[in-house]
Amino acid sequence: MAQVTLDSVRKIYPNGVEAVTPASFQIKDGEFVVLVGPSGCGKSTLLRMIAGLEDITEGALCIGENVVNTLDPADRDIAMVFQNYALYPHMTVRKNIAYGLKNRKTPKDVIAQKVDEAAKMLNLTDYLDRKPAQLSGGQRQRVAMGRAIVRDPALFLFDEPLSNLDAKLRNQMRIEIKALQRRLGVTSIYVTHDQVEAMTMADRIIVLNGGRIEQIGTPSEIYHNPASTFVASFMGAPPMNLVAAEMQDGRLSFAGLELPLASSLRGPVTLGLRPEDLIIDSHGPLAMEVELIEELGAHRLLHGQVDGQRLTVHLAKEEQVALGPLRLSCRVQNLCLFHPETGARMEGGFAFNLAQTRQEERV
Amino acid sequence: MKRAGFASRWLPILLLVPQLSIILVFFYWPAAYAVKSSFYLQDPFGFGQTFVGLENYASLSKSAEYFKVTNFTVIFTVLVTFFSLALALLLAVKADKVIRGARTYRTLLMWVYAVAPPVAGFMGLLLFNQRWGPLTEFFGSLGWDFNLRADYFDTAFAMVVVSVWKQVPVNFIFFLSGLQSIPKSVREAALIDNRSASGRFWDVTFPLLAPTGFFLLIINITYALFDTFGVIDTLVQGEPGNNPMTLVYKVYVDGFRGNDLGGSSAQSVVLMVLVLALTVFQFRMVEKRIHYT
Repeated sequence: MAQVTLDSVRKIYPNGVEAVTPASFQIKDGEFVVLVGPSGCGKSTLLRMIAGLEDITEGALCIGENVVNTLDPADRDIAMVFQNYALYPHMTVRKNIAYGLKNRKTPKDVIAQKVDEAAKMLNLTDYLDRKPAQLSGGQRQRVAMGRAIVRDPALFLFDEPLSNLDAKLRNQMRIEIKALQRRLGVTSIYVTHDQVEAMTMADRIIVLNGGRIEQIGTPSEIYHNPASTFVASFMGAPPMNLVAAEMQDGRLSFAGLELPLASSLRGPVTLGLRPEDLIIDSHGPLAMEVELIEELGAHRLLHGQVDGQRLTVHLAKEEQVALGPLRLSCRVQNLCLFHPETGARMEGGFAFNLAQTRQEERV
Repeated sequence: MKRAGFASRWLPILLLVPQLSIILVFFYWPAAYAVKSSFYLQDPFGFGQTFVGLENYASLSKSAEYFKVTNFTVIFTVLVTFFSLALALLLAVKADKVIRGARTYRTLLMWVYAVAPPVAGFMGLLLFNQRWGPLTEFFGSLGWDFNLRADYFDTAFAMVVVSVWKQVPVNFIFFLSGLQSIPKSVREAALIDNRSASGRFWDVTFPLLAPTGFFLLIINITYALFDTFGVIDTLVQGEPGNNPMTLVYKVYVDGFRGNDLGGSSAQSVVLMVLVLALTVFQFRMVEKRIHYT
């Protein structure tokens, strides 16, 4: 168990592509951190640099107290779970799990005991003498987990470990991995492109885009206070609605919505509205044309247009809706404003006058 | 395993006919003929033949010359097979690590494969030439008085070197593609599990390469036993004399040079049985230890 520190870690490939721009962050002992982002954002490269499977071009990587930049992967005291499990196909489950221990000169009886313990923990006891080809996807995933946990490493690395499983199994394994990590208390870094996995598993999320860290925060911070339009649209399903709005004379205006805002900002802004913050209100200021209703059982999603801009509304199952015109209002305390060009969050400098706003809403 | 079904019973048979007829014409028929003629003593001028029963085999078993050739063949086959496989594997492992220029490297190595065995033998003849062969000169500078076709050991050495050189490219290509079909992540997992590169090779890479290796083992033994004929023929220039030769070459020398068709046929039959036994042994004993993915 250890903390992990990255100090301006950077990756430039020989062909000149900068896969990871200088990244600095610290992962606390026992913390579960998820690196999330679209494909090609550098999340796997970052993980592989931590594992030692890729060289670090610049910067310092510390696991525990030591800089490990030049250490072999085997000497970094890490264990990694790969996307396609990477089990040794010619070895039995038992040998697969024991291989890392065997090479570390662990006494035979200790290996046997640890393998049995791990197998029990992962429900693999009956499969120890099988080869990976005779196992199901979920069982292979567990063997890969077993291989990692018997080593009792300082750091777990997960490289999209669930993306080869079907949806049902993925949900189940997600919970199992999270519970296991809690129980063992091992510092973990988990790479995924799936924002649901990121939200549900992480203590902290690091959102990456184009090799750059967009935001670091707890799932709730990331969700409620996205640092950019990229984070806002990437995290959350359906994503946050991003619409063009206008600031003038201390008022924010979008379609029929007029909000007094104590801000000196002027000109166009991007307004971010979470779909669940839009509510049906026959006197609401927004006129929406509903074009499509997605029925999801527990709730519904309405897709349509307001003033020519696309908008999605999240609706509880009790509410009755139909295609066609609809009036909406919104929970203004959750609004986000972004710079219309850079997409960066416009922090401070404004605060909603909520009392006044509520009055206006009723008008 | 899925079983594909055929609607008609005749279609699969029809599809097999070309292959079967080739085997029939070029293997079973000559083989049967060899078995038959091994029981006869042929007149050297082709005027007739006499049935002699097992006499050809009996004289074979008493021939000191035949045992000498058998010994040489065994040693030759073991050496050629071992060195062709080992060198090719070494080259493939090294080539697998090279990313840039890998294609050029591969092409250069593949060229040798396009060389026909007699041509390879001829090139060996030039390289090992007694008077001006560069390799002879090189050995001379090391104090080895190399005598191709005059010294038994030196000739055997040249035969092994040329045969190995000829076979390495084929093995190399197979090994390289075998290496490249090992999933990258499996090797990376091994990288985390084992810090020793040689340990990783023997524990993970080599077992995963074993199916390729087993296939190549059979191919290479067959090559060393039979396909080196051209190399040997060129190196001894059709006049083996006291020089080493393999069983196949002796079949040719006795049958076509010595006109002893019966004795030569008996040798072919013995050779056939040996190879059959060897192949069965390999499949029974070696293949059991191989994991196919």
